[in-house]
Amino acid sequence: MSALRVKALCKAFGGLRVTTNVDLDVQPGERRLIIGPNGAGKTTLFNLITGELMPDSGSIELFGDDITRAPSRRRPHMGMARTYQIITLFPHDTIIHNVSLALLGLSKMRWNPFIDIKRLGHLADDGHAALTRVGLSHIADRPLSQTSYGERRRVEIAMALAQNPKILLLDEPFAGLSIDERRDVHQLLLGIPRDVTMVMIEHNMDVALEFAERITLLHFGEVIVEGTRAEVVADPRTREVYLGH
Amino acid sequence: MTPLTGPRALVYVVALAALATVPYWMPGDYYINVSSQILFYAIFALGLNVLVGYAGLVSLGHAGLLGIAAYATGYVLQSGYGHSAAILTALLLGLVSMAVYAVLSLRATGIGFIMITLALGEIVWGLCYRWTSITGGDNGINLHGRPRPFGLSIDSPSAYYYATLVVFLVALAAVTIFVRSPLGAALMGTRDQPRRMNALGYHVWGIRFWACMFSGLLTAISGVLFVYYTQFISPQAVDLTSSAEVLLMVISGGAGTLFGPIIGAALVVVVKSVVSGFIERWNLLLGAIFVAIVILMPEGLVPGTARLWRLAWRKAGARRGVKAEAKP
Repeated sequence: MSALRVKALCKAFGGLRVTTNVDLDVQPGERRLIIGPNGAGKTTLFNLITGELMPDSGSIELFGDDITRAPSRRRPHMGMARTYQIITLFPHDTIIHNVSLALLGLSKMRWNPFIDIKRLGHLADDGHAALTRVGLSHIADRPLSQTSYGERRRVEIAMALAQNPKILLLDEPFAGLSIDERRDVHQLLLGIPRDVTMVMIEHNMDVALEFAERITLLHFGEVIVEGTRAEVVADPRTREVYLGH
Repeated sequence: MTPLTGPRALVYVVALAALATVPYWMPGDYYINVSSQILFYAIFALGLNVLVGYAGLVSLGHAGLLGIAAYATGYVLQSGYGHSAAILTALLLGLVSMAVYAVLSLRATGIGFIMITLALGEIVWGLCYRWTSITGGDNGINLHGRPRPFGLSIDSPSAYYYATLVVFLVALAAVTIFVRSPLGAALMGTRDQPRRMNALGYHVWGIRFWACMFSGLLTAISGVLFVYYTQFISPQAVDLTSSAEVLLMVISGGAGTLFGPIIGAALVVVVKSVVSGFIERWNLLLGAIFVAIVILMPEGLVPGTARLWRLAWRKAGARRGVKAEAKP
Protein backbone atom coordinates (compact mmCIF):
# COMPACT_ATOMS: atom_id res chain seq x y z
CA MET A 1 0.00 0.00 0.00
CA SER A 2 1.26 3.46 -0.82
CA ALA A 3 1.66 6.08 1.87
CA LEU A 4 0.37 8.69 -0.51
CA ARG A 5 -1.18 8.11 -3.88
CA VAL A 6 -2.29 10.96 -6.09
CA LYS A 7 -4.17 10.04 -9.25
CA ALA A 8 -4.85 12.29 -12.25
CA LEU A 9 -5.10 15.37 -10.06
CA CYS A 10 -6.22 18.56 -11.82
CA LYS A 11 -6.70 22.09 -10.59
CA ALA A 12 -7.26 25.30 -12.52
CA PHE A 13 -7.58 28.88 -11.34
CA GLY A 14 -9.87 30.24 -14.03
CA GLY A 15 -8.05 29.57 -17.27
CA LEU A 16 -4.73 28.91 -15.57
CA ARG A 17 -4.12 25.19 -15.20
CA VAL A 18 -1.82 24.94 -12.19
CA THR A 19 -2.04 21.18 -11.74
CA THR A 20 -2.53 18.96 -14.77
CA ASN A 21 -3.01 15.22 -14.47
CA VAL A 22 -0.51 14.81 -11.69
CA ASP A 23 0.19 11.25 -10.54
CA LEU A 24 2.26 10.64 -7.48
CA ASP A 25 2.94 7.38 -5.67
CA VAL A 26 4.97 7.63 -2.49
CA GLN A 27 5.84 4.43 -0.61
CA PRO A 28 5.85 4.24 3.22
CA GLY A 29 9.14 5.50 4.61
CA GLU A 30 10.17 7.04 1.31
CA ARG A 31 11.94 10.39 1.01
CA ARG A 32 10.48 12.11 -2.01
CA LEU A 33 11.70 15.37 -3.44
CA ILE A 34 9.54 17.56 -5.62
CA ILE A 35 11.41 20.05 -7.73
CA GLY A 36 10.50 22.45 -10.48
CA PRO A 37 11.06 26.06 -11.48
CA ASN A 38 9.08 28.91 -9.94
CA GLY A 39 5.40 28.66 -10.77
CA ALA A 40 5.60 24.93 -11.53
CA GLY A 41 2.74 24.27 -9.12
CA LYS A 42 4.68 22.63 -6.30
CA THR A 43 3.05 24.48 -3.41
CA THR A 44 -0.33 24.20 -5.10
CA LEU A 45 0.16 20.44 -5.18
CA PHE A 46 0.86 20.53 -1.43
CA ASN A 47 -2.23 22.64 -0.85
CA LEU A 48 -4.27 20.09 -2.76
CA ILE A 49 -2.79 17.19 -0.83
CA THR A 50 -3.43 18.89 2.52
CA GLY A 51 -6.90 19.95 1.47
CA GLU A 52 -6.43 23.71 1.68
CA LEU A 53 -7.48 23.69 -1.97
CA MET A 54 -10.07 21.34 -3.44
CA PRO A 55 -9.05 19.65 -6.70
CA ASP A 56 -11.24 19.94 -9.80
CA SER A 57 -10.78 16.25 -10.54
CA GLY A 58 -8.61 13.32 -9.59
CA SER A 59 -8.16 11.61 -6.26
CA ILE A 60 -5.84 11.53 -3.26
CA GLU A 61 -5.33 8.46 -1.09
CA LEU A 62 -3.58 8.39 2.27
CA PHE A 63 -2.53 4.86 3.26
CA GLY A 64 -5.32 3.46 1.12
CA ASP A 65 -8.07 5.82 2.36
CA ASP A 66 -9.59 8.20 -0.13
CA ILE A 67 -9.21 11.66 1.39
CA THR A 68 -9.93 13.72 -1.73
CA ARG A 69 -12.99 15.37 -0.19
CA ALA A 70 -11.99 15.18 3.48
CA PRO A 71 -11.86 18.65 5.05
CA SER A 72 -8.29 19.84 5.57
CA ARG A 73 -8.73 20.04 9.35
CA ARG A 74 -9.41 16.27 9.43
CA ARG A 75 -6.18 15.36 7.67
CA PRO A 76 -3.81 16.00 10.59
CA HIS A 77 -5.95 13.54 12.55
CA MET A 78 -5.25 10.98 9.80
CA GLY A 79 -1.50 11.39 10.18
CA MET A 80 -0.64 14.19 7.78
CA ALA A 81 1.47 17.17 8.87
CA ARG A 82 2.98 19.98 6.89
CA THR A 83 5.31 22.94 7.22
CA TYR A 84 4.92 26.18 5.32
CA GLN A 85 7.30 27.86 2.95
CA ILE A 86 6.36 31.21 4.47
CA ILE A 87 6.74 30.74 8.21
CA THR A 88 3.30 30.55 9.76
CA LEU A 89 3.62 30.62 13.54
CA PHE A 90 1.96 32.34 16.48
CA PRO A 91 4.07 35.47 16.89
CA HIS A 92 2.76 36.65 20.29
CA ASP A 93 3.43 33.38 22.09
CA THR A 94 6.40 31.44 23.37
CA ILE A 95 8.03 28.61 21.46
CA ILE A 96 6.57 26.01 23.81
CA HIS A 97 3.09 27.49 23.39
CA ASN A 98 3.41 27.15 19.62
CA VAL A 99 4.27 23.48 20.00
CA SER A 100 1.52 23.02 22.60
CA LEU A 101 -1.03 24.27 20.09
CA ALA A 102 0.19 21.63 17.64
CA LEU A 103 -0.20 18.94 20.30
CA LEU A 104 -3.62 20.17 21.39
CA GLY A 105 -4.82 20.15 17.80
CA LEU A 106 -4.95 16.37 17.85
CA SER A 107 -6.27 16.10 21.41
CA LYS A 108 -9.93 16.05 22.42
CA MET A 109 -8.84 18.47 25.12
CA ARG A 110 -8.81 21.25 22.50
CA TRP A 111 -12.53 21.88 23.11
CA ASN A 112 -12.14 22.15 26.87
CA PRO A 113 -12.99 25.67 28.13
CA PHE A 114 -12.48 24.96 31.85
CA ILE A 115 -9.10 23.43 32.61
CA ASP A 116 -6.01 25.62 32.97
CA ILE A 117 -3.71 24.86 30.06
CA LYS A 118 -0.70 25.14 32.36
CA ARG A 119 -2.04 22.23 34.41
CA LEU A 120 -1.81 19.86 31.47
CA GLY A 121 1.58 18.51 32.49
CA HIS A 122 1.81 15.96 29.71
CA LEU A 123 1.34 18.77 27.20
CA ALA A 124 4.47 20.54 28.46
CA ASP A 125 6.40 17.24 28.56
CA ASP A 126 5.45 16.28 25.02
CA GLY A 127 6.18 19.81 23.87
CA HIS A 128 9.65 19.72 25.37
CA ALA A 129 10.24 16.30 23.80
CA ALA A 130 9.38 17.70 20.36
CA LEU A 131 11.61 20.71 20.95
CA THR A 132 14.46 18.45 22.05
CA ARG A 133 14.26 16.71 18.68
CA VAL A 134 14.94 20.02 16.92
CA GLY A 135 17.42 21.21 19.55
CA LEU A 136 15.35 24.07 20.94
CA SER A 137 14.22 22.82 24.35
CA HIS A 138 16.71 25.10 26.11
CA ILE A 139 14.87 28.18 24.83
CA ALA A 140 11.34 26.73 25.05
CA ASP A 141 9.98 29.64 27.09
CA ARG A 142 11.37 32.35 24.83
CA PRO A 143 8.78 34.48 23.03
CA LEU A 144 8.74 33.71 19.33
CA SER A 145 9.41 37.38 18.57
CA GLN A 146 12.88 36.98 20.10
CA THR A 147 13.98 34.06 17.94
CA SER A 148 15.99 33.93 14.74
CA TYR A 149 14.67 32.88 11.37
CA GLY A 150 16.51 29.61 11.57
CA GLU A 151 15.03 28.86 14.97
CA ARG A 152 11.55 29.57 13.64
CA ARG A 153 12.11 27.09 10.84
CA ARG A 154 12.93 24.51 13.44
CA VAL A 155 9.83 25.45 15.47
CA GLU A 156 7.82 24.79 12.31
CA ILE A 157 9.36 21.35 12.03
CA ALA A 158 8.94 20.70 15.77
CA MET A 159 5.22 21.49 15.48
CA ALA A 160 4.87 19.03 12.64
CA LEU A 161 6.86 16.32 14.44
CA ALA A 162 4.91 16.90 17.67
CA GLN A 163 1.83 15.59 15.90
CA ASN A 164 3.56 12.25 15.25
CA PRO A 165 2.67 12.27 11.58
CA LYS A 166 2.79 9.24 9.32
CA ILE A 167 3.53 11.53 6.41
CA LEU A 168 5.30 14.86 6.62
CA LEU A 169 5.08 17.46 3.86
CA LEU A 170 7.93 19.98 3.93
CA ASP A 171 7.56 23.08 1.81
CA GLU A 172 11.05 24.51 1.21
CA PRO A 173 12.41 23.88 4.71
CA PHE A 174 15.78 25.41 3.77
CA ALA A 175 14.45 28.65 2.29
CA GLY A 176 16.10 31.72 3.73
CA LEU A 177 18.53 29.83 5.96
CA SER A 178 22.25 30.46 6.32
CA ILE A 179 24.69 27.69 5.48
CA ASP A 180 25.08 26.72 9.13
CA GLU A 181 21.36 26.72 9.76
CA ARG A 182 20.85 24.69 6.62
CA ARG A 183 23.25 22.07 7.86
CA ASP A 184 21.42 21.89 11.21
CA VAL A 185 18.04 21.46 9.58
CA HIS A 186 19.49 18.92 7.20
CA GLN A 187 20.85 16.84 10.08
CA LEU A 188 17.52 17.17 11.80
CA LEU A 189 15.63 15.86 8.76
CA LEU A 190 18.09 12.98 8.31
CA GLY A 191 17.40 12.01 11.93
CA ILE A 192 13.67 11.56 11.44
CA PRO A 193 12.90 7.82 11.63
CA ARG A 194 11.70 5.80 8.67
CA ASP A 195 8.17 5.35 9.99
CA VAL A 196 7.61 8.90 8.84
CA THR A 197 7.20 9.25 5.10
CA MET A 198 8.51 12.58 3.86
CA VAL A 199 7.72 14.64 0.80
CA MET A 200 9.77 17.76 0.36
CA ILE A 201 9.67 20.71 -1.98
CA GLU A 202 13.06 22.32 -2.28
CA HIS A 203 15.02 24.60 -4.54
CA ASN A 204 18.31 24.17 -2.82
CA MET A 205 19.70 21.32 -4.85
CA ASP A 206 22.84 20.38 -2.93
CA VAL A 207 21.04 19.56 0.32
CA ALA A 208 17.87 18.39 -1.35
CA LEU A 209 19.50 15.86 -3.65
CA GLU A 210 21.29 14.27 -0.74
CA PHE A 211 17.98 13.87 1.07
CA ALA A 212 15.90 12.40 -1.72
CA GLU A 213 15.54 8.84 -2.89
CA ARG A 214 13.09 9.57 -5.64
CA ILE A 215 12.50 12.86 -7.36
CA THR A 216 9.48 14.24 -9.16
CA LEU A 217 10.03 17.13 -11.53
CA LEU A 218 7.07 19.44 -12.08
CA HIS A 219 6.85 21.97 -14.88
CA PHE A 220 3.77 24.07 -15.65
CA GLY A 221 1.71 21.84 -13.39
CA GLU A 222 2.71 18.60 -15.08
CA VAL A 223 4.98 15.80 -14.00
CA ILE A 224 7.80 15.88 -16.54
CA VAL A 225 10.19 13.35 -15.09
CA GLU A 226 10.00 10.98 -12.19
CA GLY A 227 12.53 8.43 -11.02
CA THR A 228 15.47 7.79 -8.76
CA ARG A 229 17.87 10.56 -7.98
CA ALA A 230 20.35 9.42 -10.59
CA GLU A 231 17.70 8.96 -13.28
CA VAL A 232 16.20 12.39 -12.81
CA VAL A 233 19.51 14.20 -12.60
CA ALA A 234 20.71 12.46 -15.76
CA ASP A 235 17.50 13.05 -17.71
CA PRO A 236 17.96 15.68 -20.44
CA ARG A 237 14.51 17.12 -19.75
CA THR A 238 15.55 17.92 -16.18
CA ARG A 239 18.54 19.82 -17.50
CA GLU A 240 16.33 21.61 -19.95
CA VAL A 241 13.64 22.87 -17.54
CA TYR A 242 15.43 23.06 -14.27
CA LEU A 243 19.13 22.64 -13.96
CA GLY A 244 20.01 25.01 -16.78
CA HIS A 245 22.00 24.20 -19.85
CA MET B 1 -1.29 28.23 38.57
CA THR B 2 1.33 30.14 40.52
CA PRO B 3 0.16 31.65 43.80
CA LEU B 4 -0.43 35.36 43.66
CA THR B 5 2.24 37.37 45.39
CA GLY B 6 3.72 40.83 45.26
CA PRO B 7 2.16 44.13 44.20
CA ARG B 8 -0.25 42.41 41.82
CA ALA B 9 -1.95 40.46 44.59
CA LEU B 10 -2.17 43.65 46.64
CA VAL B 11 -3.92 45.45 43.78
CA TYR B 12 -6.45 42.62 43.49
CA VAL B 13 -7.19 42.58 47.22
CA VAL B 14 -7.58 46.36 47.39
CA ALA B 15 -9.81 46.40 44.28
CA LEU B 16 -11.99 43.62 45.65
CA ALA B 17 -12.26 45.33 49.04
CA ALA B 18 -13.15 48.62 47.36
CA LEU B 19 -15.83 46.93 45.24
CA ALA B 20 -17.27 45.09 48.22
CA THR B 21 -17.65 48.27 50.26
CA VAL B 22 -18.92 50.66 47.57
CA PRO B 23 -22.27 51.39 49.31
CA TYR B 24 -20.37 52.45 52.44
CA TRP B 25 -17.98 54.94 50.95
CA MET B 26 -19.92 56.26 47.95
CA PRO B 27 -21.53 59.64 48.67
CA GLY B 28 -25.16 58.73 48.16
CA ASP B 29 -27.51 56.50 46.20
CA TYR B 30 -26.80 58.17 42.89
CA TYR B 31 -23.20 57.07 42.94
CA ILE B 32 -24.10 53.56 44.05
CA ASN B 33 -26.36 53.37 41.00
CA VAL B 34 -23.53 54.58 38.79
CA SER B 35 -21.40 51.78 40.23
CA SER B 36 -24.08 49.24 39.33
CA GLN B 37 -24.14 50.63 35.81
CA ILE B 38 -20.37 50.30 35.55
CA LEU B 39 -20.60 46.66 36.58
CA PHE B 40 -23.29 45.56 34.14
CA TYR B 41 -21.67 47.50 31.33
CA ALA B 42 -18.42 45.80 32.32
CA ILE B 43 -20.10 42.41 31.86
CA PHE B 44 -21.31 43.60 28.45
CA ALA B 45 -17.78 44.73 27.56
CA LEU B 46 -16.26 41.47 28.86
CA GLY B 47 -18.63 39.62 26.56
CA LEU B 48 -17.75 41.72 23.53
CA ASN B 49 -14.06 41.42 24.38
CA VAL B 50 -14.27 37.64 23.96
CA LEU B 51 -14.89 38.37 20.29
CA VAL B 52 -12.96 41.61 19.72
CA GLY B 53 -9.94 40.84 21.87
CA TYR B 54 -9.55 37.08 21.86
CA ALA B 55 -11.15 36.07 18.56
CA GLY B 56 -10.16 39.14 16.54
CA LEU B 57 -13.76 39.52 15.40
CA VAL B 58 -15.12 43.06 15.77
CA SER B 59 -18.88 43.15 16.26
CA LEU B 60 -20.90 46.33 15.79
CA GLY B 61 -24.22 44.67 16.51
CA HIS B 62 -23.91 43.64 20.13
CA ALA B 63 -26.38 46.21 21.41
CA GLY B 64 -28.97 44.29 19.41
CA LEU B 65 -28.25 41.19 21.48
CA LEU B 66 -28.41 43.14 24.70
CA GLY B 67 -31.70 44.58 23.50
CA ILE B 68 -33.18 41.20 22.66
CA ALA B 69 -32.46 39.94 26.17
CA ALA B 70 -33.84 43.13 27.72
CA TYR B 71 -36.98 43.13 25.56
CA ALA B 72 -37.54 39.43 26.24
CA THR B 73 -37.43 40.08 29.97
CA GLY B 74 -39.84 42.99 29.65
CA TYR B 75 -42.24 41.18 27.34
CA VAL B 76 -42.44 37.99 29.41
CA LEU B 77 -43.06 40.02 32.58
CA GLN B 78 -45.65 42.14 30.80
CA SER B 79 -47.41 38.96 29.70
CA GLY B 80 -47.89 38.05 33.34
CA TYR B 81 -45.19 35.45 33.89
CA GLY B 82 -42.70 35.45 36.75
CA HIS B 83 -39.16 36.69 36.98
CA SER B 84 -37.56 33.24 36.60
CA ALA B 85 -39.44 32.68 33.35
CA ALA B 86 -38.47 36.16 32.15
CA ILE B 87 -34.77 35.74 32.91
CA LEU B 88 -34.63 32.23 31.46
CA THR B 89 -36.40 33.34 28.28
CA ALA B 90 -34.07 36.31 27.99
CA LEU B 91 -30.94 34.20 28.27
CA LEU B 92 -32.22 31.53 25.90
CA LEU B 93 -33.43 34.04 23.32
CA GLY B 94 -30.14 35.89 23.65
CA LEU B 95 -28.24 32.69 22.91
CA VAL B 96 -30.48 31.73 19.99
CA SER B 97 -30.09 35.22 18.53
CA MET B 98 -26.34 35.01 18.96
CA ALA B 99 -26.36 31.66 17.17
CA VAL B 100 -28.20 33.27 14.25
CA TYR B 101 -25.76 36.21 14.33
CA ALA B 102 -22.84 33.76 14.35
CA VAL B 103 -24.08 31.56 11.52
CA LEU B 104 -24.65 34.61 9.32
CA SER B 105 -21.59 36.66 10.20
CA LEU B 106 -18.94 33.96 10.64
CA ARG B 107 -18.97 33.53 6.88
CA ALA B 108 -16.55 36.44 6.95
CA THR B 109 -13.84 37.92 9.11
CA GLY B 110 -12.43 41.43 9.28
CA ILE B 111 -14.46 44.17 7.62
CA GLY B 112 -17.00 41.64 6.35
CA PHE B 113 -17.74 40.47 9.89
CA ILE B 114 -18.13 44.06 11.09
CA MET B 115 -20.55 44.92 8.28
CA ILE B 116 -22.73 41.83 8.78
CA THR B 117 -22.98 42.34 12.55
CA LEU B 118 -23.70 46.02 11.95
CA ALA B 119 -26.52 45.10 9.59
CA LEU B 120 -27.92 42.53 12.03
CA GLY B 121 -27.84 45.08 14.84
CA GLU B 122 -29.75 47.53 12.67
CA ILE B 123 -32.34 44.85 11.83
CA VAL B 124 -32.88 44.22 15.54
CA TRP B 125 -33.19 47.96 16.12
CA GLY B 126 -35.73 48.19 13.28
CA LEU B 127 -37.75 45.35 14.78
CA CYS B 128 -37.72 46.96 18.21
CA TYR B 129 -38.86 50.23 16.72
CA ARG B 130 -41.55 48.90 14.38
CA TRP B 131 -42.88 45.67 15.88
CA THR B 132 -45.03 47.69 18.23
CA SER B 133 -47.37 44.87 19.27
CA ILE B 134 -44.47 43.23 21.08
CA THR B 135 -41.98 46.00 21.78
CA GLY B 136 -44.26 48.97 22.30
CA GLY B 137 -42.33 50.80 19.57
CA ASP B 138 -40.95 54.14 20.59
CA ASN B 139 -42.67 53.92 23.98
CA GLY B 140 -40.72 50.81 24.92
CA ILE B 141 -41.66 48.47 27.74
CA ASN B 142 -41.87 49.44 31.40
CA LEU B 143 -41.04 46.94 34.10
CA HIS B 144 -42.51 46.86 37.57
CA GLY B 145 -40.24 45.55 40.28
CA ARG B 146 -37.22 43.34 40.50
CA PRO B 147 -36.89 39.64 41.28
CA ARG B 148 -36.08 38.42 44.80
CA PRO B 149 -33.14 36.04 44.44
CA PHE B 150 -33.10 33.58 47.39
CA GLY B 151 -35.88 35.64 48.96
CA LEU B 152 -33.68 38.72 49.22
CA SER B 153 -35.02 42.07 48.07
CA ILE B 154 -32.79 43.86 45.59
CA ASP B 155 -34.97 46.95 45.29
CA SER B 156 -32.63 49.34 47.08
CA PRO B 157 -29.64 50.77 45.19
CA SER B 158 -27.08 49.06 47.40
CA ALA B 159 -28.86 45.69 47.28
CA TYR B 160 -29.01 45.87 43.50
CA TYR B 161 -25.38 46.85 43.45
CA TYR B 162 -24.43 43.75 45.40
CA ALA B 163 -26.53 41.50 43.17
CA THR B 164 -24.79 42.99 40.12
CA LEU B 165 -21.40 42.65 41.80
CA VAL B 166 -21.94 38.92 42.40
CA VAL B 167 -22.92 38.34 38.77
CA PHE B 168 -20.01 40.49 37.63
CA LEU B 169 -17.47 38.52 39.67
CA VAL B 170 -18.83 35.24 38.33
CA ALA B 171 -18.62 36.59 34.77
CA LEU B 172 -15.05 37.80 35.33
CA ALA B 173 -14.06 34.42 36.77
CA ALA B 174 -15.66 32.66 33.79
CA VAL B 175 -13.73 34.79 31.30
CA THR B 176 -10.49 34.31 33.26
CA ILE B 177 -10.91 30.53 33.24
CA PHE B 178 -11.87 30.52 29.57
CA VAL B 179 -8.86 32.57 28.49
CA ARG B 180 -6.46 30.16 30.21
CA SER B 181 -8.15 27.03 28.87
CA PRO B 182 -7.22 25.04 25.78
CA LEU B 183 -10.30 26.39 23.99
CA GLY B 184 -9.24 29.93 24.89
CA ALA B 185 -5.73 29.28 23.56
CA ALA B 186 -7.24 27.79 20.42
CA LEU B 187 -9.44 30.87 19.99
CA MET B 188 -6.43 33.18 20.18
CA GLY B 189 -4.71 30.86 17.72
CA THR B 190 -7.55 31.33 15.24
CA ARG B 191 -7.20 35.09 15.72
CA ASP B 192 -3.47 35.07 14.89
CA GLN B 193 -3.14 32.22 12.34
CA PRO B 194 -6.47 30.74 11.25
CA ARG B 195 -4.89 28.89 8.34
CA ARG B 196 -2.28 27.24 10.51
CA MET B 197 -4.89 26.31 13.13
CA ASN B 198 -6.88 24.55 10.45
CA ALA B 199 -3.78 22.70 9.29
CA LEU B 200 -3.09 21.66 12.89
CA GLY B 201 -6.46 19.94 13.08
CA TYR B 202 -8.64 22.62 14.69
CA HIS B 203 -12.19 23.37 13.59
CA VAL B 204 -11.71 27.12 13.16
CA TRP B 205 -15.37 27.88 12.47
CA GLY B 206 -16.49 25.76 15.43
CA ILE B 207 -14.09 27.48 17.81
CA ARG B 208 -15.31 30.90 16.67
CA PHE B 209 -18.91 29.77 16.98
CA TRP B 210 -18.49 28.74 20.65
CA ALA B 211 -16.67 31.99 21.35
CA CYS B 212 -19.70 33.81 19.92
CA MET B 213 -22.02 31.81 22.16
CA PHE B 214 -19.97 32.66 25.24
CA SER B 215 -19.96 36.30 24.22
CA GLY B 216 -23.71 36.12 23.61
CA LEU B 217 -24.38 34.63 27.03
CA LEU B 218 -22.48 37.41 28.80
CA THR B 219 -24.25 40.00 26.67
CA ALA B 220 -27.66 38.53 27.48
CA ILE B 221 -26.82 38.50 31.20
CA SER B 222 -25.86 42.15 31.05
CA GLY B 223 -29.10 42.82 29.14
CA VAL B 224 -31.15 41.34 31.97
CA LEU B 225 -29.20 43.35 34.58
CA PHE B 226 -29.61 46.44 32.44
CA VAL B 227 -33.37 46.18 32.11
CA TYR B 228 -33.93 45.38 35.78
CA TYR B 229 -31.80 48.37 36.66
CA THR B 230 -33.51 50.90 34.42
CA GLN B 231 -36.95 49.23 34.66
CA PHE B 232 -37.42 50.33 31.08
CA ILE B 233 -36.30 49.29 27.62
CA SER B 234 -36.71 51.29 24.41
CA PRO B 235 -35.14 51.15 20.94
CA GLN B 236 -32.58 53.73 22.02
CA ALA B 237 -30.68 51.09 24.00
CA VAL B 238 -30.42 48.94 20.89
CA ASP B 239 -29.13 51.45 18.37
CA LEU B 240 -25.78 51.63 16.65
CA THR B 241 -24.48 54.25 19.11
CA SER B 242 -24.86 51.73 21.92
CA SER B 243 -22.98 49.09 19.96
CA ALA B 244 -20.22 51.57 19.20
CA GLU B 245 -20.11 52.67 22.84
CA VAL B 246 -19.42 49.20 24.19
CA LEU B 247 -16.85 48.64 21.45
CA LEU B 248 -15.13 51.84 22.60
CA MET B 249 -15.17 50.53 26.18
CA VAL B 250 -13.33 47.42 25.03
CA ILE B 251 -10.82 49.23 22.84
CA SER B 252 -10.11 52.13 25.20
CA GLY B 253 -9.56 49.83 28.16
CA GLY B 254 -7.51 47.33 26.19
CA ALA B 255 -8.90 44.64 23.91
CA GLY B 256 -7.66 41.15 24.60
CA THR B 257 -6.91 41.90 28.26
CA LEU B 258 -8.96 40.72 31.23
CA PHE B 259 -9.35 44.04 33.00
CA GLY B 260 -9.28 46.41 30.05
CA PRO B 261 -13.00 46.18 29.26
CA ILE B 262 -13.86 46.82 32.93
CA ILE B 263 -11.76 49.97 33.08
CA GLY B 264 -13.18 51.03 29.71
CA ALA B 265 -16.72 50.54 30.99
CA ALA B 266 -15.92 52.57 34.11
CA LEU B 267 -14.46 55.38 32.01
CA VAL B 268 -17.42 55.64 29.65
CA VAL B 269 -20.08 55.35 32.34
CA VAL B 270 -18.38 57.89 34.63
CA VAL B 271 -17.98 60.46 31.86
CA LYS B 272 -21.50 59.82 30.62
CA SER B 273 -23.34 60.01 33.90
CA VAL B 274 -21.15 61.86 36.39
CA VAL B 275 -19.04 64.27 34.38
CA SER B 276 -22.03 65.12 32.19
CA GLY B 277 -23.53 66.76 35.29
CA PHE B 278 -20.72 69.31 35.29
CA ILE B 279 -19.85 69.66 31.64
CA GLU B 280 -22.57 70.07 29.09
CA ARG B 281 -20.32 69.03 26.20
CA TRP B 282 -19.41 65.69 27.79
CA ASN B 283 -19.51 64.00 24.39
CA LEU B 284 -16.67 66.25 23.32
CA LEU B 285 -14.75 65.35 26.45
CA LEU B 286 -15.29 61.63 25.88
CA GLY B 287 -14.10 62.04 22.30
CA ALA B 288 -11.01 63.94 23.47
CA ILE B 289 -10.25 61.19 25.99
CA PHE B 290 -10.52 58.53 23.28
CA VAL B 291 -8.24 60.51 20.99
CA ALA B 292 -5.73 60.88 23.81
CA ILE B 293 -5.85 57.13 24.49
CA VAL B 294 -5.36 56.29 20.85
CA ILE B 295 -2.36 58.62 20.61
CA LEU B 296 -0.69 57.86 23.96
CA MET B 297 -1.72 54.27 24.58
CA PRO B 298 -2.94 52.70 21.36
CA GLU B 299 -3.05 49.30 23.05
CA GLY B 300 -5.59 50.58 25.60
CA LEU B 301 -5.55 51.98 29.13
CA VAL B 302 -4.72 48.81 31.05
CA PRO B 303 -1.81 47.49 28.95
CA GLY B 304 -0.67 51.09 28.31
CA THR B 305 -0.51 51.91 32.01
CA ALA B 306 1.26 48.62 32.70
CA ARG B 307 3.83 49.53 30.05
CA LEU B 308 4.43 53.01 31.49
CA TRP B 309 4.60 51.56 34.97
CA ARG B 310 7.28 49.06 33.93
CA LEU B 311 9.17 51.82 32.17
CA ALA B 312 9.07 54.08 35.24
CA TRP B 313 10.05 51.18 37.48
CA ARG B 314 13.03 50.37 35.31
CA LYS B 315 14.13 54.01 35.20
CA ALA B 316 13.81 54.30 38.96
CA GLY B 317 15.72 51.05 39.29
CA ALA B 318 18.48 52.39 37.04
CA ARG B 319 18.68 55.57 39.13
CA ARG B 320 18.93 53.56 42.33
CA GLY B 321 21.63 51.48 40.67
CA VAL B 322 23.59 54.61 39.76
CA LYS B 323 23.32 55.94 43.31
CA ALA B 324 24.48 52.66 44.76
CA GLU B 325 27.49 52.69 42.47
CA ALA B 326 28.31 56.30 43.28
CA LYS B 327 28.68 55.42 46.94
CA PRO B 328 32.24 54.37 47.68
